[in-house]
Amino acid sequence: MAPMRKLLSAASLLAALALVGCASEEGGLQSQKLATLKGRGKLICGVDGKLPGFSFVAPDGQYTGLDVDVCKAVAAATLGDPSKVDYRDLNSSERFAALASGEVDLLSRNTTVTLSRDAAGGNGLNFAPPVFYDGQGVMVPVASGIKALKDLAGKPICVETGTTTELNLADRMRELKAAYTPLKFQTGDQTYAAYLQGRCVAVTSDRSQLAGKRTNFPDPAAHTLLPEVLSKEPLAPATVNADPAWSDAVRWIVYALMQAEELGITQANIDAKLAEAKAKTNLADLRRFLGVEGEFGKQLGLAPDFVAKAVKAVGNYGEIFERNVGTGSKLKLERGLNRQWQQGGLIYSPPFR
Amino acid sequence: MRAELFGSPGNSALTLALLAALGSAAFGLLHWGLVQARWAVVRANSTLFAVGRYPQEQQWRLWLLTALLAAAAGLAWGLLRSHPRRDRGGDLWPQNDWIAVGLLAAIALAVPWWLRLDPLIQGRWWGITALLLLVRWAAGHWGRRLPARVLALLPLLWPLLYLVGMLLINGGLGLLPVPPGDWGGLLLTLIAASFAILLCFPLGVLLALGRRSDLPLLRWGSVLYIEFIRGAPLITLLFLGQNMIGFLLPGGLAPDRVWRAAWVLTFFAAAYLAEAVRAGLVAIPPGQLEAARSLGLTIPQALRTVVLPQALRVALPTMVGQFISLLQDTTMLSLVGLMELMGTARTVMANPAFLGRNAEVYLTLAVLFWCCCAALGLGSRALERRLDPNPAS
Repeated sequence: MAPMRKLLSAASLLAALALVGCASEEGGLQSQKLATLKGRGKLICGVDGKLPGFSFVAPDGQYTGLDVDVCKAVAAATLGDPSKVDYRDLNSSERFAALASGEVDLLSRNTTVTLSRDAAGGNGLNFAPPVFYDGQGVMVPVASGIKALKDLAGKPICVETGTTTELNLADRMRELKAAYTPLKFQTGDQTYAAYLQGRCVAVTSDRSQLAGKRTNFPDPAAHTLLPEVLSKEPLAPATVNADPAWSDAVRWIVYALMQAEELGITQANIDAKLAEAKAKTNLADLRRFLGVEGEFGKQLGLAPDFVAKAVKAVGNYGEIFERNVGTGSKLKLERGLNRQWQQGGLIYSPPFR
Repeated sequence: MRAELFGSPGNSALTLALLAALGSAAFGLLHWGLVQARWAVVRANSTLFAVGRYPQEQQWRLWLLTALLAAAAGLAWGLLRSHPRRDRGGDLWPQNDWIAVGLLAAIALAVPWWLRLDPLIQGRWWGITALLLLVRWAAGHWGRRLPARVLALLPLLWPLLYLVGMLLINGGLGLLPVPPGDWGGLLLTLIAASFAILLCFPLGVLLALGRRSDLPLLRWGSVLYIEFIRGAPLITLLFLGQNMIGFLLPGGLAPDRVWRAAWVLTFFAAAYLAEAVRAGLVAIPPGQLEAARSLGLTIPQALRTVVLPQALRVALPTMVGQFISLLQDTTMLSLVGLMELMGTARTVMANPAFLGRNAEVYLTLAVLFWCCCAALGLGSRALERRLDPNPAS
């Protein structure tokens, strides 16, 4: 009987501890994760590590890419230094486990926002706003004269097998009541090789990937992307559900990058803008945004000038896009859906008020 | 030779056709390698392939380690020649050694030039090669004068060097620590492989002995372990190691991902090695153990002095085969996000500046792996010859 009682008391002690743990998490204004982060002095950021334009290691050993710049912005805003990041390469099957077990603080790894990943009953993630709106596209040779998806009826299309890409293509073509011949391949390399050999008149994959591959074709200008987007792939940074204050901080750091572009604040002029905001008391919006007045930083548990630090570290959203994947880069992607909302894109920051 | 290849008209035709096919393949490869391939991807990323993201200002530690290894290798090589086995004559400079010297010199001259390395780094490679050859020469000529007591201590050199090497790489004791997450490329491949090889050996021997033990608990425990590990693919074990430990241990307590993967490799290899060692144990007639016991040796003594030396010699070729496949299995670490050679290759190919240069990168990797495996194979064959109780000549 005695050991049983001991066991019971140990169990109740554990339960009490767990309750205390929950209480401190819910009750505290300050995020537990932010406190851990500041104590550790490093942000641990999960990235893909092998995705052109999004995350890879440059010859000098530095991580580079759009996803990486999001990590740097968060590190700059929370710790004041964009270099205080430990990168963890994660593959697609281990990324959520790494986030849930607390091995990474932030997942910035071309992850599509979906219901089941967001839901508490699913993967239980919290998504920051999408930093890249991708979608499945179709590439054809310009010379083929194909202008739209329906022109592909009865023609062979190259596709990687076992992917959602394959299913999406089948769904869309069925909607259009267009029969076609899918040519299926195990790997991406085989798929593009077959397309270049002329075994099919079109190849389908994510638009960013198609554009990236196209830069290596012998004659990139001879190939074009069809206007149709076959699927929605909003790629967003993610955090765990358990720490809403940390998720809020990440969300608004990402919004700040977008808002900075809208306001015309760049990496180059941030110091001038900051000086202007300090000098002119009438620019209330700018003063609040850059933390000269107001309590935005404090409310998020961050420094008052977190926006200025993030923009100074990596530039605004438009600069990040251009540098890593935009027309100025080797990938040569159009902004497309990733334009600011005034230009007809989907990049839209709620007001900083 | 002539009779074999051109014995009949049919044979001649076959020989010519095969020669033509081989020639055109060789020509195609050469043409691609010299004209079409863009080797800038390897040149620009040579540091990344060698050491990954190891901080540049700390790389002197790796150079020091390389120099130490070169000196130790030269010493061992020279002493091996100056102390031939008593039952066999030995030449101080056999023909093979001259070939090896020529190869080393050619590699030291050609590879840095081809990679367009910085003159400073080229100079370091020459220095290290010169050190190796110099120590080889000195140990060969003066090795015989070394007192036996010093020679007896020499086997300790390698484990000591390994510990010093790990200290240099990892930092500590006044050196700035470099976290394992920053190790990469060939460095990480070699660390993971050597760690697993060194630790799986004693573990495998114990498991093999356990499997043949008379104690049921020990026997069934070993059988269970070996069959469980051999029944699961390496990749699932790696994923278990990477993803489950994080849930089981609270954050911060779990060992680094690199060490977790290295331990998984070790446990995996130990199960296979145990079976190789068991094959060696089976080959030793039981009468030997009984004879040793009747001479008054305890079981551990009999195992250590009679059974194991013979069993391990029998198992050596299989064990080296295991080690070579273990070295190649390290490429699996790239699937759990570590930046060993394969992971480095994949991140390099993701650099938009080098998109589509897959063939160059993979060929470089193949050459690197071939060199490492060939070195293991050569070393093991030399060891076999030295341990062979009945020399052929």
